[in-house]
Amino acid sequence: MSNVLVFIEQRDGKIRKASFEALTLGREVAAKTGGALGAVVAGSGIAGLAPELAAYGAAKVFVADKPELALYSCEGYTAALDAAVTAFAPAVVLVPATSMGKDVAPRLAARRKVGLLSDVMSLEVEGGRLVATRLVYSGKARATVTADPGASLQIATPRPNVFPASKGAAGAGEVVALDFAVTIRAKVVKMDVAETGEIDVAEADKIVSGGRGIKGPENWPVLKALCHELGAALGASRAAVDAGWIDHSHQVGQTGKVVSPTLYIACGISGAIQHMAGMGSSKVIVAINKDAEAPIFKVATYGIVGDMFQIVPALTEAVKKSKA
Amino acid sequence: MNHVVCIAYVPDTETKIKIGADGRSIDEADVKWIVSPYDEYALEEAIKAREAKGGTVTVVTYGPARADVGLRECLARGADEAVRIASDGLGEADSLGVAQALAGAIRALPCDVLWLGNKGVGTDAQTMVPMLAELLDLPHANLVTKLEWTDGGVVAYREIEGAREVVEMPLPCVVGAQKGLNEPRYSSLKGIMAAKKKTIAVKKPADVGVDPAATTGEKAAVRWTKLELPPARQAVKLIPADDPGKAADELVRLLRDEAKVL
Ligand SMILES: Cc1cc2nc3c(=O)[nH]c(=O)nc-3n(C[C@H](O)[C@H](O)[C@H](O)COP(=O)(O)OP(=O)(O)OC[C@H]3O[C@@H](n4cnc5c(N)ncnc54)[C@H](O)[C@@H]3O)c2cc1C
Ligand SMILES: Nc1ncnc2c1ncn2[C@@H]1O[C@H](COP(=O)(O)O)[C@@H](O)[C@H]1O
Repeated sequence: MSNVLVFIEQRDGKIRKASFEALTLGREVAAKTGGALGAVVAGSGIAGLAPELAAYGAAKVFVADKPELALYSCEGYTAALDAAVTAFAPAVVLVPATSMGKDVAPRLAARRKVGLLSDVMSLEVEGGRLVATRLVYSGKARATVTADPGASLQIATPRPNVFPASKGAAGAGEVVALDFAVTIRAKVVKMDVAETGEIDVAEADKIVSGGRGIKGPENWPVLKALCHELGAALGASRAAVDAGWIDHSHQVGQTGKVVSPTLYIACGISGAIQHMAGMGSSKVIVAINKDAEAPIFKVATYGIVGDMFQIVPALTEAVKKSKA
Repeated sequence: MNHVVCIAYVPDTETKIKIGADGRSIDEADVKWIVSPYDEYALEEAIKAREAKGGTVTVVTYGPARADVGLRECLARGADEAVRIASDGLGEADSLGVAQALAGAIRALPCDVLWLGNKGVGTDAQTMVPMLAELLDLPHANLVTKLEWTDGGVVAYREIEGAREVVEMPLPCVVGAQKGLNEPRYSSLKGIMAAKKKTIAVKKPADVGVDPAATTGEKAAVRWTKLELPPARQAVKLIPADDPGKAADELVRLLRDEAKVL
């Protein structure tokens, strides 16, 4: 067991935060396996990203730079990752468990006929094999999973926001251009970006969510003001989404997004099991609900039993004051 | 146009999870089983397409005999045929093992669009769509919330972090359904009666070209070595709310000084 390769996700030439987390984790794994740390990035006009990756310890940066890779495609980006695997012969491949990573990693696993430790919350190396924990059954249980040590390759996708990102002893960052053939059948012809400045719940470090208690779409500004003060993303329960008050992209839970922010503030959300499946692994949970019996208080770190329309504006003010 | 829909038969999301005696799987005694919710979106979209353009809808599962109940439910909703690859008595297979079995069965079926849920509740792996697409050498789009038909292909709208990707792909292809794609129908009484008369084709792993000895139990590519309940969270610290302003100040203080998240 030795080399560790990390898949780097970029959008518009900017590396996504989850990739730095995976790279930091990769550096720790490489220290245990005694191998070198490599990074692979695909796109168009992205050769300049290597120094940033070297700062996190990458000894080699495999670059797949082609016009047809300008927009993401699973076939194109998997071909890039696969080419880097051939060039670097890693024992371990880490891919952030983002919607891109969860697309690319399983394709690579199937191509190489190896298993995949998906969406892991912890990752260790024990006797030459990866051992990870992951949440299953909607967060109601935690499984310890291991990869087959006899496999040519062990792949894991670490969950975003769970592993810290930190720079370490800089690597050489030697750029290696990848050359490979690619046929893209499923083509991304367009990417519609959400409202500018809006943070997506799946990537957010802090989230303020509203549920049926918000009463109607006209009341989102109450939560948005708090989001603004905290630099938080706006989330929603399914009840709020199904009522047509907000787009599904904001939904947290079983049939929405799974999030792991450091702070999750649930306002007017009862805490149904399917909602908790999406936010139960948040580090700190605040519940604001007028019903003291609401199940959300069972998982909350801090709770305020009261009317969100009084509490939330006061909280926005208090945060503003604390920053002054 | 012919459709194949992969169905995972899983513990109801409301089910209380108890750890089994082996310490690495769930206690199945009181579990209620359901068709995985995302698979309902996949099935609905396939049935809608057949209603519009003709063809057949075949549902496929890899699982033990109890999964027949789930398949029959899909027949009642409007699927034409059902296939089960029998896992009875075999050790657990991981996603790759299941994908290989499913791929083997699907190769023998007429299939222009292969439909799956984006994620199977329970194992919550979210790996099957790309894995199956790769094994079958097909293009795919996962997390699809809207689908349009074109001449010889589809346009799939896929939800990602802070954006929506518009994916064009030719048939045959694989689609992973996400909530928003449609509103699944209930089964009609007529459908339920008709489903009772249909037969489910049960296949052994060997019939679909896989050797369970090489993909299950100790040979699975990924093994569950332990299953436990997540550590209980600390009891909630309630902040009195008589004065909203004071409550808010106290919460900010706790978040900053105690939890250190501000
Ligand atoms: C298969 C399946 C998948 C699902 N997936 C999801 C999912 O992904 N995400 C999800 O969220 N749900 C999901 N659900 C739905 C889930 O079961 C609940 O119905 C939903 O989460 C309830 O949303 P809610 O908490 O906003 O509404 P409710 O349960 O109606 O709760 C509203 C809460 O607001 C409080 N409230 C009202 N007014 C105020 C006020 N002025 N101030 C303070 N508090 C107030 C009430 O006390 C109450 O607790 C799913 C369900 C199923 C069956
Ligand atoms: N045992 C199974 N049999 C048939 N289809 C399955 C099985 N497991 C998963 N799937 C399909 O794969 C999808 C995604 O599951 P997963 O990738 O395991 O989270 C599910 O929604 C099903 O459509």
